[in-house]
Amino acid sequence: MSKIAALTQWIDDRFPMTSNWKAHLTEYYAPKNFNFWYYFGSLALLVLVIQILSGIFLTMHYKPDASQAFASVEYIMRDVPSGWLVRYIHSTGASMFFVVVYLHMMRGLLYGSFRKPRELVWIFGMLIYLCLMAEAFFGYLLPWGQMSYWGAQVIVNLFSAVPFVGEDLSVWIRGDYVVSDATLNRFFAFHVIAIPLVLLGLVAAHILALHEVGSNNPDGIEIKKKKDPKTGIPLDGIAFHPYYTVKDIVGVVVFLMVFSVIIFFMPEVGGYFLEYNNFIPADPLKTPPHIAPVWYFTPYYAMLRAVPAMLGSQFPGVIVMGLGVMVFFLLPWLDRGKVKSIRYRGPKYKIWLTLFVISFVILAWLGMNPTDFLGKFPGSTLEMATFLARVFTVIYFAFFVLMPWYTATDKEKPEPERVTG
Amino acid sequence: MANSSSPSGGKRRFLLAATSVVGGIGAVAVAVPFVRSMTPSARARAAGAPVEVDISKVEPGMMITVEWRGQPVWIVHRTAEMLANIPKMNDRVADPESSQPLQPAYVNKENRAIKPDYLVLVGICSHLGCSPTEKLKIGADSGLGDDWLGGFYCPCHGSKFDVAGRVLKGMPAPVNLKVPPYTFLSDSRILIGQDKS
Repeated sequence: MSKIAALTQWIDDRFPMTSNWKAHLTEYYAPKNFNFWYYFGSLALLVLVIQILSGIFLTMHYKPDASQAFASVEYIMRDVPSGWLVRYIHSTGASMFFVVVYLHMMRGLLYGSFRKPRELVWIFGMLIYLCLMAEAFFGYLLPWGQMSYWGAQVIVNLFSAVPFVGEDLSVWIRGDYVVSDATLNRFFAFHVIAIPLVLLGLVAAHILALHEVGSNNPDGIEIKKKKDPKTGIPLDGIAFHPYYTVKDIVGVVVFLMVFSVIIFFMPEVGGYFLEYNNFIPADPLKTPPHIAPVWYFTPYYAMLRAVPAMLGSQFPGVIVMGLGVMVFFLLPWLDRGKVKSIRYRGPKYKIWLTLFVISFVILAWLGMNPTDFLGKFPGSTLEMATFLARVFTVIYFAFFVLMPWYTATDKEKPEPERVTG
Repeated sequence: MANSSSPSGGKRRFLLAATSVVGGIGAVAVAVPFVRSMTPSARARAAGAPVEVDISKVEPGMMITVEWRGQPVWIVHRTAEMLANIPKMNDRVADPESSQPLQPAYVNKENRAIKPDYLVLVGICSHLGCSPTEKLKIGADSGLGDDWLGGFYCPCHGSKFDVAGRVLKGMPAPVNLKVPPYTFLSDSRILIGQDKS
């Protein structure tokens, strides 16, 4: 026995190294027909690593103190060697995380990856998405710019809309009567340790659940139904390593090219990744003329604004916004179609999915702009943008609420026996 | 492990449940100090001390902003024209008689001030906490249309308030702006954050 083999054996007698390597890589059989959409899971993992690494180096210089935070970020940008690069990697990574996660979720909608038996894969994935939103929100306060401050002010005030306990709840979240040093300090704690720990646990659960049931594929059929009688390996399955690790490396290279172009040539992306107002230090006495969240939150922000105050409370808008996120959890039970993949779905699902994607994009666009940016209807006080936000919020929810009916009555095509490539 | 149908099963299950409940209560009790540690500290609570403001230099039609509890507090010296406009707004505002408890009992319910000339407001929108912009100019000069009678406009979500801080009908903001507790120490000095003693 060679020395390496002997060492491997020594470890395997004490720790399940080889068995786990096989179970999750060399003998994890994934469908052979993965396409472009299947890059984004591994890319999300890559961005998670990028964010954790760049974040560790930022904490070495950043000061979570209201009187020093803004200056310490500028210090990182100007005085810390390569500090600007680490910071731009982290700020670009935040937006790119949402880019790949939204595309990853879109893949799920296209190929029915949330359907039985992958309900828990989907739920863990949604919990990851919630954590990601929390992580982005807490992190956004840290530079202590005007957008940081007023963004946090608006979001924390959403909780004060909760009937009866709202006011106490928002004071408890802030640790003060206004967003202040206490708030910044605790958001730092959430951002650098609490949420990342939960996030890592959820990512492990997401992958373990996936490897238990096996990956879905663009045909939406279960490859485990057709196994080689001798080996027990799915006929349409190929080992994750080396086949998909090599494929994913191609995705990683292309992704890092795009990532580098953004970091080196357009780190602000025209105010979408880094908002211009955030280059002004936080001023608790003055709200910037137009505040908007970063692009990845704007669809939900547009929903919040679309709902008018009712009975002297803006709680309904907060509920609608919350439901806009939470409704994704129900997808596995709302979809009553017999087939999973868009390839064999009928026209109804295709039309509704298209409407849903259009609504999401238009709501995102509306959420980035002031409510009066499209003017008013002639002879009316109703703002055009508010009206549009209402229409597309209704379509957004109709996609989910009507799903049990339009998927059950859709004219679907028969699924193939084997994957079609 | 004992079978739950064996004679000792019921007892074992009871002991298991009792231990879990006691352990659970312990875990919740331990959470209390951690949850409490997130409430405002003694220092944060002490920072709510009253603020004394000299208003002798605030000319009619002018507004100043002072900081109280980390929030902007506006003091507007209202002109006779502004005061005359308040009743005209009564049918355009959501709560003309200030029925919601957002002001101390000792201010006038319509013009929302102790002395009508001086309006004191917490400059935080009742919607989601942005600070509205003053739009005290009347008519088209304000940028809010010909029928604007002066007041405040929140840039975040477009809520409008009249010159008494009352929210207009159909706005995202559900209620009027808050009037802080305050008292006149003399004709030219206000103490914000403390009721009349």
